Amino acid sequence: MILPHGGKLIERVLAGEARAEALVRAKSLPSVALDFDATSEVENIATGVFSPLEGFLGERDFRSVLGEMRLSSDVPWTIPIVLDVDKPTAGRLKIGSEVALLNPAGSPAALLHLEEKYAFDRGKTARSVFGTADPAHPGVAKVLAMKDVLLAGPLDLIAATPTPFDRWKLSPRETRVLFQAKGWRTVVGFQTRNTPHIGHEYVQKAALTYVDGLFINPVIGRKKKGDYKDEVILASYEELIRGYYVPERTTMAVLMMEMRYAGPREAIHHAVIRKNFGCTHIIIGRDHAGVGSYYPPFAAHAIFDAFPDLGIQPLFFRSFYYCRKCLAVVNEKICPHPAADQIQFSGTKIRDLLVQGEYPPAELVRPEVAKAIMDFGNPFNE
Amino acid sequence: MEKEFTTVSIPTALYKKAEEAVKGTEFKSVAAYVAHVLREALAKTEGAAEVFSPEDEEKVKERLKALGYID
Repeated sequence: MILPHGGKLIERVLAGEARAEALVRAKSLPSVALDFDATSEVENIATGVFSPLEGFLGERDFRSVLGEMRLSSDVPWTIPIVLDVDKPTAGRLKIGSEVALLNPAGSPAALLHLEEKYAFDRGKTARSVFGTADPAHPGVAKVLAMKDVLLAGPLDLIAATPTPFDRWKLSPRETRVLFQAKGWRTVVGFQTRNTPHIGHEYVQKAALTYVDGLFINPVIGRKKKGDYKDEVILASYEELIRGYYVPERTTMAVLMMEMRYAGPREAIHHAVIRKNFGCTHIIIGRDHAGVGSYYPPFAAHAIFDAFPDLGIQPLFFRSFYYCRKCLAVVNEKICPHPAADQIQFSGTKIRDLLVQGEYPPAELVRPEVAKAIMDFGNPFNE
Repeated sequence: MEKEFTTVSIPTALYKKAEEAVKGTEFKSVAAYVAHVLREALAKTEGAAEVFSPEDEEKVKERLKALGYID
């Protein structure tokens, strides 16, 4: 089994007496209220999705991640995982003490062992992570709206926050046992925030041809307006897997995490997370985790050159399309036919058809998948 | 807070070869190139992942069965 990132799978989930004591203690501790995304970050740290992180980044690691794309321990890490609070809140928290982190329902989710409080530069953070400080970029907008002080220190999870997707939620420990139970020595991870079209199926099956198993891992969490709703993504994939995949070779679990749209840096982050889940390979497509035209189409491929020590093998896919002459999904390396014979997998075109209640051509989307999407009425985030 | 560095001695002839090799590449210095090569080499020495205890593994398998992931 592939080694977790940084060498050790982190597990900071309280159980039994320790959990009961923490619950009691949390009631009398100063607290910080978390939103849905921050609650997910806490769980991802505690369950090892973000191994080797044991808590929110301290200042040294934060600056190293911005400048070097590595933790101060030299382990590759490209996205700062931080907890921001306003100055008055930071003022009443004492370094060396415990802080109760409350989920959006107000229940204690975790204990933070506060080690540091520090200020940061929003513009510099945005430019380093996203390559732009343009407030129209959704990731930049979120950074610019962050509060003034970052809290750091290891944390312990008291309780996972229930979500409508818990049936699909697996920890890295669980996926690792699952892959072993299935006898998979090599596993390719597929990150998605979309419903599947035939092009996705082609990419996944092409990759699966060379490994033992396929791990479809949709991201559930904050996305931008117009993205597919989480429940739509899951329902459409369930339909696709049921009809068109070998069950012994395919599995799906969700990743509760916001999309940051950080393009190349986020591609590395996605790879690290899948490595922690036990994947040996990850599919990286065109403009992976991109938004608008902020990143060159293959920047998310090129960035992997800077990380010879990542430990997970990227499988790069460039363009793919349906060819009327080949009668198959192909790419520019295997299809000699001109553009006039190509049908591109345009997400916008597929969306427009679905909005109008029309089935996209079967060359683009499986009819069962289209039906699963249309059954939702409005399948898109408002 | 600057990144910490240390010094490693390598034969001068090897340094010169590396200096030639990095010309026209994305590496800004021999030091950056050496760090890259070293990271690549060290990654190959990584061992296998820890094995879960049979009790832990059984507990996880029970949940996986309950969720329908395994029979």
